[in-house]
Amino acid sequence: MSSDIWTFIFGRLSWDVIPYYDPILVGTFAVVLVVGLGIVALLFKHKLWGYLWHEWFTSVDHKKVGIMYMVLGLVMLVRGFADALMMRLQQAIAFNGSEGYLNAHHYDQLFSVHGVIMIFFVAMPLITGFMNYIVPLQIGARDVSFPFLNNFSFWMTAGGAVLVMLSLFVGEFAQTGWLAFPPLSGIENSPASGVDYYIWALQIAGVGTTLSGVNLIATIIKMRAPGMTMMKMPVFTWTALCTNVLVVASFPILTAVLTLLALDRYVGTNFFTNDLGGSPMMYVNLIWIWGHPEVYILILPCFGIFSEVASTFSSKRLFGYTSMVYATIVITILSYLVWLHHFFTMGSGASVNAFFGITTMIISIPTGAKVFNWLFTMYKGRIRFELPMMWLIAFMFTFTIGGMTGVLLAVPPADFVLHNSLFLVAHFHNVIIGGVLFGIFAGINYWWPKAFGYKLNEFWGKISFWCWVIGFWVAFAPLYVLGLMGVTRRLRTFDDPSLQIWFIIAGLGALIIAAGVAAMAIQFAVSILGKNKDWDTTGDPWDGRTLEWATSSPPPQYNFAFTPIIYDNDAWADMKKRNAQHPTQGFRDIHMPRNTWAGIVLAGLSVVLGFALIWYMWWLAVLSLAGIVVVSIMHTFNYDRDYFIPAEAVVALESKRHKPVPAGE
Amino acid sequence: MSRLTKLFAVFCLSIVLSGCNAVVMAPAGDVAMQQRDLILISTFLMLLIIVPVLTLVVVFTRKYRATNKEARYEPDWDHSTHLELVIWAAPLAIIICLGAVTWVSTHLLDPYRELGRIAPGQPVTPDMEPLQVEVTALDWKWMFIYPQYNIATVNELVAPVNRPISFKLTSSTVMNSFYIPALAGQIYAMPGMQTQLHAVVNQPGEYRGISAAYSGHGFSGMHFKFRGVDDAAFEQWVTKVRQAPDTLDRARYLELEKRSENVAPMHFASVERGLYTAIVNMCVERDKMCMSEMMAIDARGGLGLAGIGNMAPALYGGGERNRAVFGPQKTYVAAICTVDEAIAMTAKLPAIGAPNAAPFIGAGLRQPSMLQAAGATGWLTGHEHFNQTAHAAIL
Repeated sequence: MSSDIWTFIFGRLSWDVIPYYDPILVGTFAVVLVVGLGIVALLFKHKLWGYLWHEWFTSVDHKKVGIMYMVLGLVMLVRGFADALMMRLQQAIAFNGSEGYLNAHHYDQLFSVHGVIMIFFVAMPLITGFMNYIVPLQIGARDVSFPFLNNFSFWMTAGGAVLVMLSLFVGEFAQTGWLAFPPLSGIENSPASGVDYYIWALQIAGVGTTLSGVNLIATIIKMRAPGMTMMKMPVFTWTALCTNVLVVASFPILTAVLTLLALDRYVGTNFFTNDLGGSPMMYVNLIWIWGHPEVYILILPCFGIFSEVASTFSSKRLFGYTSMVYATIVITILSYLVWLHHFFTMGSGASVNAFFGITTMIISIPTGAKVFNWLFTMYKGRIRFELPMMWLIAFMFTFTIGGMTGVLLAVPPADFVLHNSLFLVAHFHNVIIGGVLFGIFAGINYWWPKAFGYKLNEFWGKISFWCWVIGFWVAFAPLYVLGLMGVTRRLRTFDDPSLQIWFIIAGLGALIIAAGVAAMAIQFAVSILGKNKDWDTTGDPWDGRTLEWATSSPPPQYNFAFTPIIYDNDAWADMKKRNAQHPTQGFRDIHMPRNTWAGIVLAGLSVVLGFALIWYMWWLAVLSLAGIVVVSIMHTFNYDRDYFIPAEAVVALESKRHKPVPAGE
Repeated sequence: MSRLTKLFAVFCLSIVLSGCNAVVMAPAGDVAMQQRDLILISTFLMLLIIVPVLTLVVVFTRKYRATNKEARYEPDWDHSTHLELVIWAAPLAIIICLGAVTWVSTHLLDPYRELGRIAPGQPVTPDMEPLQVEVTALDWKWMFIYPQYNIATVNELVAPVNRPISFKLTSSTVMNSFYIPALAGQIYAMPGMQTQLHAVVNQPGEYRGISAAYSGHGFSGMHFKFRGVDDAAFEQWVTKVRQAPDTLDRARYLELEKRSENVAPMHFASVERGLYTAIVNMCVERDKMCMSEMMAIDARGGLGLAGIGNMAPALYGGGERNRAVFGPQKTYVAAICTVDEAIAMTAKLPAIGAPNAAPFIGAGLRQPSMLQAAGATGWLTGHEHFNQTAHAAIL
């Protein structure tokens, strides 16, 4: 009887699912506990909880939400990278009959969670963070269209991350690979909690991503400053628009396909089972119809960042703005016509394979045009080799090679021998690290002074740069070679001793990247804590060209006291040229959105709901779902949603600024 | 800096040299060899544009560095129609070439297509009877049935050199990918579905075969040895397998199908008739309805509501094992016909014929002389009709 009560309360949660038998996890848990408690104690000691709650957690300011996204992404980067290091170590030692130090149960979770974290909880938050922070500034808006939704989106993304982290210590994560193909991920082959963690973490984070896509599209369409026609938008904003169109059009597919998988696992439907009419191939198709646009969701904003960096640090207008914009749009559309290239080897006919192979290659045309445009932006420029520019040049080399191997993989018969091999692994790391991450790092170094008022330390930044770039090639060039030696991915042990040297080199590369990660952490610490900060009193430390550099660094919460009027797509460069002056009088009250606790509470309840569903604690699931509904309704009755910053306060804030800032005439 | 460059050059060179023992770059089978050629040709085509781009990056960043005040500086120069034309047209030209190569090669190297040649200049003759192999991916080992010889093996595949091999593949529970890098590209093996692969091994030797798609706990141990041998040695081997004590019938298969890891090779002296077809149609258990039967019934309009009454709890799989928490007990559609009747309903897939070895002549034009060395560019030789395209494998 007592076991019935236990089952009712805790579902299938029991002491057995706590991995106390795994010393690696226990050690990790101890470290997390100590560090976590230390941080909590520090926050209490300095009485920072109130500050965090009022100024950050409940904030609807797009700049603060953006920074929280960045913090989430960087923290999860450390986790995802730790997983990568563990895999590299396992593959470097598991030879000659050695089992390595990880059993299959642990190792299979590692490569699954590494992919999930790096895509959903590192790359996605980082690019969303940039779009949140920069887009309203670039279009001269005071915030995004739906400020509360923005805060809610962030916390839903963070909620998904919390569930993934929980799976480390309570239960297990999926052992299915990052896309959880059925029938392997079905209840029959994966009955434990792992796949359920996967489903609910992604569903919760997916809500956040979709809503943030809606929000940013509305912002870009509706809130541009007067004069900023579509063809005068900065390229980063253009790429953000296209990315969010992709988000809104593709994430519902992910939500639907994961819902179907959840139905299979919870109520015994047969969408993706082997028996009774189920079709696992349908899952593969659907998840890649989301999955391929997802790749462009990640890379497009980084193309935008590089476009800004290229023209700023070449002190020159961007070459071929119009062709840049059309290239972005073409990529956006084509990204929906290529999904099948992820499974040429699943027996589609030759005409189908050839069609998708050729559409894939066609994407390289607009992408190539973009590379040429950056190249000719540098041509006849005055190139300053600051950190963002260094990342751009490293990107052009690395990404071009990655693009080349990508086109190679798009030739179906070549893909038959390279698919699922380490060549493929090297290829997508080549474009995701060399494209997305390098872009994010360029963006961090570029916009940090805007967000915090001082430049990042250059010395540590350069060390980090070289470690990342060299480390990347040392880590992944061997994987290309191994792929050509016919070595496939996700293997835990090897029997051919001649492969070991390559895995050892790859492991060394990972260590060099680790040094790069550490150098970056030091770069942040030195810059934040250092006494001799490189303060930017102008708001425009790089001689920038777009509107975000027109306001002070950091910008006031309302961004612009007067909405600027736009005459040129390099709006700020144009203002500087015309010697426009900052108005010193005529300030008015500024209408601003008020902070709200609803976002973090709703996301918290969603995490509880997800946890309850994972562990079959039905009473808790019903209760938390009811809580979500009640809080949502309560929030709709909250009429205290806005406030005015009085004109006097605006005057006071503006007078503290160091240099007059031009605004519209 | 120049030392760094030199180190990098040495590093690149070592990678290129290591290509010598890379099996994908030096395979033992004609299909894999053509795929290798395709990798080289595609890479060459792309380097035509990659190399100039990367060179320009170096040249421009050096020449237009801010400290070089000699270089021209035109801060407002942002458009050139001629240049725009070039930067869109140059990649387009490469992609048109690569696209043509892709279209032709994808059809000629379609794994479902019968081989047209066993080696450059050696077309398949009618007297070469392809070796049939029926492959089943089990958790976590590979089972091979040789229907022409009525034998079966686990984790050991042997084939005579220079004889076309025709694989049919399926899986018992989850997806795997059948891949022998030295022989030919991979193809997925999926439960309830059948895929095909045609290949030939030209050089005798022992090669590695693997599952390339992650399939669960025992995945890393799911590999086998593939041996290419001469005809006499193959006959010897068949004789040896026929003397094995074990035979493969349905009961033995259901036992074999259970999960096991790092399985040593096994031999079966004989195979129950129709076993592979039953595996594909997921009706090795005699009380389950074969998928072919189900489809035949559905094609005639189905059983309507009466069909619901035809469900039976699983006998072999264990009705209570790993069911969805709110799901019904695991059931199967019960068999109506006998297995032989059901299998007879299996529609035979029309095969895709081998490519015509005659030179490809478009619109009456003579073939360019560069293509007449058919031996070197065998995959460019043409074929007259793509008669079979959609064959996504469900029987």
